[in-house]
Amino acid sequence: MPGGHSFLDVRDLRIHFPTDDGLVKSVDGLSFALDRGRTLGIVGESGSGKSVTSLGVLGLHNRRNAEVSGEIWLDGSELVGAQPEAVRKMRGRKMAMIFQDPLSAMHPYYTVGVQIIEAYRVHNDVSKAVARKHAIDMLGRVGIPQPARRVDDYPHQFSGGMRQRAMIAMALSCDPELLIADEPTTALDVTVQAQILDLMRTLQQEFNSALIIITHDLGVVAELADDVLVMYAGKCVEYGTATTIFEHAEHPYTWGLLGSMPRLDRAVTSRLLPIAGAPPSLINVPSGCAFHPRCVYEPRTGGLGSTVVPELADAGGGHLVRCHLPTAERRRIWAQDIKPEMEGA
Amino acid sequence: MKRRLAAGVAAGVALTLGLSACGGGTGENKSDTSGNNASTTAAFNVAVDKVFNPSDKKGGVMKFAISSDWDSTDPGDTYYGLSWNLARLYTRALVMFKVAPGTASNEVVGDLAEDVGTPSDGGKTWTYKLREGLKYEDGTPILAKDVEYAVSRSLEKATLVNGPTYFDDFLDLKGYKGPYSDKGKDNPAIDTPDDRTIVFHLKKPYGGFDYFAQLPSTAPVPQAKDTGVKYKEHPVSSGPYMFKSYSAGKGFTLVRNPNWDPSTDPNRKALPDQYDVAIGVNADDVDNQIIAGTIQVDIAGTGVQPAALGRVLGDPTLKARADNPYALRLNYTSINPKVAPLDNIECRKAVMYAADRTLYQQAYGGPLAGGDIATGLLPPGIPGFQKLSVYPAGPDNKGDLAAAKDALQKCGQPNGFATNMAYRAERPKEKALAEALQQSLGRVGIKLTLKGFPTGDYFSLYAGKPSYRNGNKLGLMSNSWGADWNDGFGFLSQICDGRVIRETGGSSNLSVNIPEVNTMIDQAAAETDVNKRNPMWAAIDKRVMEEAVILPGVWAKQVSLRGTETTNVFVNDQYGMYDYLAMGLK
Amino acid sequence: MKASAAGACRPARVRQGRRPQPVSVVSYIIRRLIGAVLTLLVVSMITFGIFYLVPRWVGASAADLASRYVGRTANAEQVAAAVKALGLDKPFYVQFWTWLKAIFVGADFNTGTSIEHCPAPCLGYSFIGRNPVWPDLLDRLPVTGSLALGAAIIWLVSGVAIGVLSALRRGSFFDRTAMGVALAGVSLPIFWTGIVCLVIFSYGLGWTAPGGTYTPIEQNPALWAYHLILPWITLALLFSAAYARLTRAGMLETMGEDYIRTARAKGLEERTVVTRHGLRAALTPIVTIFGLDLGLLLGGAVLTESTFSLPGLGKYAIDGIIASDMPKVMGVTLLAAFFVVVANLIVDVLYAVIDPRVRLG
Repeated sequence: MPGGHSFLDVRDLRIHFPTDDGLVKSVDGLSFALDRGRTLGIVGESGSGKSVTSLGVLGLHNRRNAEVSGEIWLDGSELVGAQPEAVRKMRGRKMAMIFQDPLSAMHPYYTVGVQIIEAYRVHNDVSKAVARKHAIDMLGRVGIPQPARRVDDYPHQFSGGMRQRAMIAMALSCDPELLIADEPTTALDVTVQAQILDLMRTLQQEFNSALIIITHDLGVVAELADDVLVMYAGKCVEYGTATTIFEHAEHPYTWGLLGSMPRLDRAVTSRLLPIAGAPPSLINVPSGCAFHPRCVYEPRTGGLGSTVVPELADAGGGHLVRCHLPTAERRRIWAQDIKPEMEGA
Repeated sequence: MKRRLAAGVAAGVALTLGLSACGGGTGENKSDTSGNNASTTAAFNVAVDKVFNPSDKKGGVMKFAISSDWDSTDPGDTYYGLSWNLARLYTRALVMFKVAPGTASNEVVGDLAEDVGTPSDGGKTWTYKLREGLKYEDGTPILAKDVEYAVSRSLEKATLVNGPTYFDDFLDLKGYKGPYSDKGKDNPAIDTPDDRTIVFHLKKPYGGFDYFAQLPSTAPVPQAKDTGVKYKEHPVSSGPYMFKSYSAGKGFTLVRNPNWDPSTDPNRKALPDQYDVAIGVNADDVDNQIIAGTIQVDIAGTGVQPAALGRVLGDPTLKARADNPYALRLNYTSINPKVAPLDNIECRKAVMYAADRTLYQQAYGGPLAGGDIATGLLPPGIPGFQKLSVYPAGPDNKGDLAAAKDALQKCGQPNGFATNMAYRAERPKEKALAEALQQSLGRVGIKLTLKGFPTGDYFSLYAGKPSYRNGNKLGLMSNSWGADWNDGFGFLSQICDGRVIRETGGSSNLSVNIPEVNTMIDQAAAETDVNKRNPMWAAIDKRVMEEAVILPGVWAKQVSLRGTETTNVFVNDQYGMYDYLAMGLK
Repeated sequence: MKASAAGACRPARVRQGRRPQPVSVVSYIIRRLIGAVLTLLVVSMITFGIFYLVPRWVGASAADLASRYVGRTANAEQVAAAVKALGLDKPFYVQFWTWLKAIFVGADFNTGTSIEHCPAPCLGYSFIGRNPVWPDLLDRLPVTGSLALGAAIIWLVSGVAIGVLSALRRGSFFDRTAMGVALAGVSLPIFWTGIVCLVIFSYGLGWTAPGGTYTPIEQNPALWAYHLILPWITLALLFSAAYARLTRAGMLETMGEDYIRTARAKGLEERTVVTRHGLRAALTPIVTIFGLDLGLLLGGAVLTESTFSLPGLGKYAIDGIIASDMPKVMGVTLLAAFFVVVANLIVDVLYAVIDPRVRLG
């Protein structure tokens, strides 16, 4: 539940980019909380602000280009207003990130071992020999065979899956308490994807870390997440436990995401339900509810959808929804229209 | 013809003109201490006929520099005026021109020889007697047979390709080729009855043989030390200085010759202790260094570069350090009588009348940097000079259009005619001149088509090759000639004698072939009395001018800069540049 | 920990090539050297061909050519002798073969008084001065080498430093000024800047040495450096400008790469990110271009040497070209081509060493 002192507490985070074309509001009032040992899945389309949020938590935005406001509390320290040097010291140690494409995210000129050693020695004053042993150790723990030999290989000498494991090893080398994984499996084959997700779950349990998975793939969310946050146009539009979201989602956008997800338990003849329209401009965000131009239920809001920005309201038991439709109405639509369609009746 | 070095890489821009001269200029105000032919007051042109800063002070290192290399330091293998000037430092010829400014240098005096040569047999035999006590740099004595050897080796044009061919042409060699080709044989044209006497036998009488005897080809070379083409790396010195180091294309150093005996040498003062000659210095940089004082003399002797010229003339301190001597050169245009309608003398006269001489002068750089408007072939200063007025270009020298049109009528081309004009493409002055002639002759309807040719092959392949110039109808051809020495023969023989024209090309005579003139040249050449000889050259000049086969342009002058530290500076009329032998340092 | 997925169902692992092994590097170098020899052969044939064929196309005969190498008043006999002495009447392949053979076995030369043997590699005797070419080249190489290496170090360090700073402060006053000055530096001709610098710094202020002064390093290292300071800076100015712009562009590109973001995410200091991660990657093309530039420059920095009157290979080449002195030009061309070929080889090997993704051969 937002508010209170969780391990990670984001309050009203806003990240805006002034450009020549206007102010890009990538993240516009985002709040969530996460405890250690739990996994949060953040889902949304491209441009919804997911990656910007994660970079914001790590403090990787260039303050010359971005306006960051709000609060980010990590284990009792506030990050947005903190000195950049203090935040840097936490990067890699208290919080770490895994990126989408491990081939471009790792330096091509240095061996994997060197890069892991570097990550380790930034925060730990040890000799190179000790760090190297630790690197080999980490590579073994992420499931790379013959780690003592592979530690001297270059990133381009690994296969896709192995490379992602190596990046995970690098991110975890300093035992971070918060791990953010930005589309960790998007660049991988499906079979490898499963292995990586498996690995991440295992490691999270082992380290008891807080894990944020950012993805557009609900299947990944279903695998790993305890809680789910759906983002649209820089705002949270729905938040709840994974069970809640998958079993009784209440936002039309979430319905669209669920509907457009290919599922094996659906009849072959039923069609996917794509969401009509295109992602909104973040400079000229649609008035009222940002989703309203694409929402088929907008006429039922009695004009509110296009004029008033809906608030994030509790629909019961910590399930937050940002929508003008009354709760009863939403539940009815879910039970009668959406769910049967999804199950392929 | 002595080669004059072309201007070096042109780099300067107006910006350098704006920078003031630092460290230059003496601007002394000492009173004139000496008599008529010496001065210590720096002024423009003071060194042309006077000795500037006379001095007997010894010591110092003289710094010479030049932008492009000359043919050779081997005295038997060189044809550059600057080289002949410089060679007198490390060699002594049989005779030499008197080391003095102005017309005094026309007199030939003995150098190795006690006196000028003694002619006999009507001028076909010449005898010289060497002084006593002459030694090389290693102390061995200089013998007459060394002079014979030096002249003989200079005949070997296959090996020593550069030098003048006067000895090849005039000595009665009877087929003798030289000590390399005819090993062991004796040169029948030269006898050495004893160690101090040398006798030359000529094919035909020649009154000016002393002029040949002053050539560096007569500087003695000990046969045992002759290394052929490598001799230039260390010519054995007979003069006051000897080679200490030599680096081809880079420069050399001369130091004092311990075995030079000043009592045998009344002509040389030998003031500096050492000479550093730097070759290949950027041409504009040479001028800047002379202005600044890190170099004393530009030994090319052809004047400052265009970039420095404006600076020198515009700054009174620098101008007081400058001189404007005659360069002993005539820039002219050959009129080809083998190309119609110029085969008619009246058409050629029309060209002479119509040409604007002031534009000609401007094309070459104006009165200071270009020269004086020439009225004939022989420049003033050559003994026997006469101011001519054969086909004058009007009172203002801009052309006599009425006379030109009249001449055109007479040759049957009342409305003018068309012909081609050749010039050396890499020489901007010749291009400017061609354009000036095109403009001025166009006023009477003579239309010129200008054709540029590569400088290197101009005489060998194009204008200089009769089949080419006549076949391609080159009616006018830009030309220029510098005398080998200040005498009518040295000046006129190579450009007025029709017999030097070769079918294979290469001659500088592009248009003059008058049998009467050929005879007059032979007569003048044979005359041993110099006072009778000199007016004969003037007569040849006039006769050639009357034939209208040469349009004289300018008698070249150049603007040279004196060094900051130099003494005894004066222009040697025989070389048209500062005398390098006399100079010393403050 | 659950047994990792790499247990039961292991996907076929494609070894994408390890770092170049020493043996393969050596064989690669040998192959390239053989290619280099062939390249040099072709280059010399083409140069020789130009000298040989072009005048003949204009209709010049051997005698016409030889007349350039004799005195002004030479007669037909002398010209014929020169033709024979210089071998100008022989066909192209004979002349070329003579020249080529001399490189390996030397040649004999008649000085007039004796026969001199010119040992291998004998690059002939200059037509104009009749000096052997190879000793001249050896004599001038240190000059060009000194000039090139000194300037190279200056331009590399200054260019890269300015480029990095400009990239990091993109759009700032420093950036715009530096790039503006760089543009001027690339555009100004060296024969102008050189002369002006000499007038101001050498003759005006007396801080630097006059043109034409050169001291070999073994004679007096301090004086050697003092004499070369102005040519170094003037030559470096030209290249430094280009390298600054190049480095800036490279840095801007590199600093936008994903691995920079990763490096920051690891918590590295910004300084480490810029140098170890950013600059290291951006520098690779710079280093290779540097190798090529240096190789070219060793063949003779013609304009700089002419402006500062340094007796190097470039000046030698110019003197040879102006005088149509073929052996000189052939000698310098061959040497310059050699340097370029070797530089290319070194650069290719270096690239493979620096960037592990590149494979040789």
